[in-house]
Amino acid sequence: MTTQLQDLVLVGHGMVGQRFLEAFVEQPGAAEWRITVLAEEPRAAYDRVHLTSWFSGTSAEELSLAPTGFLAEHGIDLRLADPATVVDRAARTVTCGSGAVLRYDALVLATGSYPFMPPVPGHDAAGCHVYRTIEDLERIRDEAERLGPGGVGVVVGGGLLGLEAAGALTALGLTTHVVEFAPRLMALQVDEGGGRLLQRKIEGLGVRVHTGAGTQAILIGEDGRVRAMGLSDGRELAADLVIFSAGVRPRDQLARACALPVGERGGIVVDERCRTRDPHVYAIGECALAADGRVYGLVAPGYQMAETAARSLAGGRDQELREEHRFTGADTSTRLKLLGVDVASFGDAHGATEGAVDVLYSDSRAGIYKKLVIGAQGQLLGGVLVGDTEAYGLLRPLAMGGNPLQTAPEQLVLPSGLAPASGPIALPDEAVVCSCHNVSKGEIRAAVHDQGCTTVPEVKKCTKAGTGCGSCVKLLGTIVTEELEAGGVTVDRSLCEHFAHTRADLYEIVRVAGIGTFSELLDRHGRGGDGCDVCKPAVASILAGLAGGHILDGEQGALQDTNDHFLANLQRNGSYSVVPRIPGGEITPEGLITIGEIARDHGLYTKITGGQRIDLFGASVDQLPRIWRRLVDAGFESGHAYGKSLRTVKSCVGETWCRYGVQDSVGLAIELELRYRGLRSPHKLKAAVSGCARECAEAQSKDFGVIATSAGWNLYIGGNGGMTPRHADLLAADLDKETLLRTIDRFLMFYIRTADRLERTSVWLDRIEGGLEHVRQVVLEDSLGICAELDALMARHVDAYQDEWAAVLADPDRLRRFTSFVNAPGTPDPAVTFVPERGQIRPARPHEDGRILTPALVAGPRLEVHTA
Amino acid sequence: MTEMLIRPPATDATTGMVEILDGRTWTRVCDYQELTPGRGVAALSAGGAQVAVFRDRSGALYAVDNRDPFSGAYVLSRGIVGSRDGVPTVASPMYKHVFDLRDGRCLDEETAPDGRPAVLRVWAVRVAATEGAP
Ligand SMILES: Cc1cc2nc3c(=O)[nH]c(=O)nc-3n(C[C@H](O)[C@H](O)[C@H](O)COP(=O)(O)OP(=O)(O)OC[C@H]3O[C@@H](n4cnc5c(N)ncnc54)[C@H](O)[C@@H]3O)c2cc1C
Ligand code: SF4
Ligand code: FES
Repeated sequence: MTTQLQDLVLVGHGMVGQRFLEAFVEQPGAAEWRITVLAEEPRAAYDRVHLTSWFSGTSAEELSLAPTGFLAEHGIDLRLADPATVVDRAARTVTCGSGAVLRYDALVLATGSYPFMPPVPGHDAAGCHVYRTIEDLERIRDEAERLGPGGVGVVVGGGLLGLEAAGALTALGLTTHVVEFAPRLMALQVDEGGGRLLQRKIEGLGVRVHTGAGTQAILIGEDGRVRAMGLSDGRELAADLVIFSAGVRPRDQLARACALPVGERGGIVVDERCRTRDPHVYAIGECALAADGRVYGLVAPGYQMAETAARSLAGGRDQELREEHRFTGADTSTRLKLLGVDVASFGDAHGATEGAVDVLYSDSRAGIYKKLVIGAQGQLLGGVLVGDTEAYGLLRPLAMGGNPLQTAPEQLVLPSGLAPASGPIALPDEAVVCSCHNVSKGEIRAAVHDQGCTTVPEVKKCTKAGTGCGSCVKLLGTIVTEELEAGGVTVDRSLCEHFAHTRADLYEIVRVAGIGTFSELLDRHGRGGDGCDVCKPAVASILAGLAGGHILDGEQGALQDTNDHFLANLQRNGSYSVVPRIPGGEITPEGLITIGEIARDHGLYTKITGGQRIDLFGASVDQLPRIWRRLVDAGFESGHAYGKSLRTVKSCVGETWCRYGVQDSVGLAIELELRYRGLRSPHKLKAAVSGCARECAEAQSKDFGVIATSAGWNLYIGGNGGMTPRHADLLAADLDKETLLRTIDRFLMFYIRTADRLERTSVWLDRIEGGLEHVRQVVLEDSLGICAELDALMARHVDAYQDEWAAVLADPDRLRRFTSFVNAPGTPDPAVTFVPERGQIRPARPHEDGRILTPALVAGPRLEVHTA
Repeated sequence: MTEMLIRPPATDATTGMVEILDGRTWTRVCDYQELTPGRGVAALSAGGAQVAVFRDRSGALYAVDNRDPFSGAYVLSRGIVGSRDGVPTVASPMYKHVFDLRDGRCLDEETAPDGRPAVLRVWAVRVAATEGAP
């Protein structure tokens, strides 16, 4: 028996439309509906919030929000580039651009907004753009490329979007201006003081800001294109490209045309269940005027509306359940990074509540501005943070909770060094910690003590908290730890069964007690036993940094991982790969030829690495010294690809060749790589230097990254690529080279001293108390008084550096271990075999009959590899 | 000619040739003093099998198969020697599985990816005090 299906038509496949579909198909009544989606854009829903990342290489596919197979699986008929044109409410039909007429039982409007174009003369001239869709960005990029450097871009509007657009134009190499009518930037989110600071910071990045200036006219040149902009103060601003970002307006035309009520300033009027006046028609997202009389231009409230409408339509038979989820308004708190500047605002940021007072902390030298709005009962109402938004995760839920503060408000804004020590700030259970998924502190605590979650990832999985924007994860971690500790679970951070200490503790012990060997440390501070593959390499790394000496000497040799032990990288079949250092990725043609010859003569597989060097694969233990000999003779040295130490300092070609570059990035990268080569650390270290803000070297994905500015160098720390990418944080801006080197020296030594085993800088920075700000104070202001020590340690490292390969070659004792079999020197390992592939070798798989590579085989200059 | 037990007492005075037993024949590995405490070497048995021979910090000797059953690579001799709950161990350098050096059992997983038990063959090892084979 079949039931008659009802027809649902969704107009608009944007962010909220897609979320509605996802929520709808999960409802108990979803099976009774057939869904058709009309989309104006030529592609399925994508992540508009991260639109700007398209300029830095995120593809349209990567931005897509519709999981592959989702539409097909749920039988959803998505019609791309086919907008709805007319709604006939009486007949309950929608006509679309293609001419088709669709009947509906329920119609959901999710048409979003359109960018507002101020009605100034010339606003439609060639060279004028808006910033909302991928197609808009394609046009902007094409034009910026045509203009080349020296082109001038002007953004109208200094709000969130305008600043994002300005950042994009700067990155495209244009000289960029922002024109804002209001007296300050981001007038919606930040107050005057915050706006001033933001402006200073953004001007420091090379963007020119004109506040309190209106756009009067777009002046057109003879070619019919934008030539300049006329400002209300009479000035004329030369311009080749203009982006209008002066706010958005709800797209409510369809509703207006069919006589549905809309607000005075636009927006389709809906009730708490997101229904319009017509019970068959819903409106959600940016096109809706919510029950609280507001139009929300943010994605999170839109998502909540999507959820509400989906339940209301298909939430099952139970009327009460259907109505339980209502949209009555939302939190518009935001935290973002604009052009590398952290900005956050939450709650009543402007102190509009009666009787509210401000608590202010401002340090214009460090570029930090924090304001809290405190209510008459001593409760936190809202606030603005610029330059340091660390506390946002904690403050926002406090403000939403509305209870009187337990702590003096000054303490909440003072930098951690200055604030008197205090315990963790108590959040009430009902405080919403994750606003993306509306998870309260109480729910997180319950996940720990009722459902047995013991780690942040488990709590994330169980409550969904922290899986949206991610801004609450740090607070989440604190709550989980507190809860575990309250439950009597001590969070054990000891290194392994042999030491009850963390790596950082051991570092201090070795440093203070001057311990020189693993045995001594184990005997005096260990818990017995013989050590293991966890503590031995960790202690080896500490000793290498503090005691010095060759890493294979004496007892140290026994502590190293196999990679360090053989100064090469173990590969899957037991062979090794060899990576010579190529500082900054710069290499002469002779150097390239030499490496090529060595690889060819030893029959090795070669591949260019992501770190701008060349990896030679397939060497047996016996071959390693012979390969090093030739490399060292040709002037190469170990690239430390095997160690937990500095790998490469990647660079772009920089000012020397690149037409956009402002500094010699290759020169600096080489200098940095030579300075820090061989430095042992808790984990591998990667670095990069870019010659300008276009960031071709991807410095912000490195442990430390440097980006050239016209005034000096910006230093970023704590970035990471790989499995858990993290964008690096700006530690200091516009440094001269001497200060830059000193700051990196101290940052590295401080990290080496305090990090856990295998803790990358990204995790370390998120874990250590006080975070980025603390590191800044330690390395720039010497708040712990240890800088002299850190400097001395680094100076010692630089002086004592020696090439580990050359040192092995010079010592017959060390060389002896490089044989496959102690009792049959010269016999190659019969288990290490290869087969040919694409003109090179690769390890043979278990069922394949591969060939051994023996020195004897390497007779001529060309090695033939055959399968037997 | 004297023979010592599989686990010689820890003494710096220990000299002599380390040997492993392949069924009937003892095969020379190397001089005892050549072994670094806490590390291993690979040796070929008379029958051509690959054997990993270790000396721990106390001076005791162990010999097990060189083949890591989890990766199929002959690399155990390059692992780190240590202890777990007092048991002498070696950790494979490939995927870090830890093996009991006394009986060759893997302490982390019972079964190798090929379905067979993850147990290494244990070889008899001794230090022959005199020069010349037995
Ligand atoms: C550059 C940029 C950065 C942003 N950053 C943030 C941020 O950091 N945080 C945040 O919360 N928000 C941000 N936003 C806002 C966020 O993108 C919007 O709030 C969100 O996209 C709204 O979703 P929506 O579905 O309502 O509208 P949209 O995503 O705009 O989707 C509406 C869709 O409907 C289509 N449509 C319109 N009319 C019709 C019709 N008649 N027929 C068929 N289809 C139609 C449109 O073409 C569009 O595809 C940003 C926006 C931009 C542009
Ligand atoms: S290559 Fe370097 S200097 Fe050139 S645009 Fe890229 S980052 Fe800037
Ligand atoms: S607040 Fe966005 S993920 Fe929690």
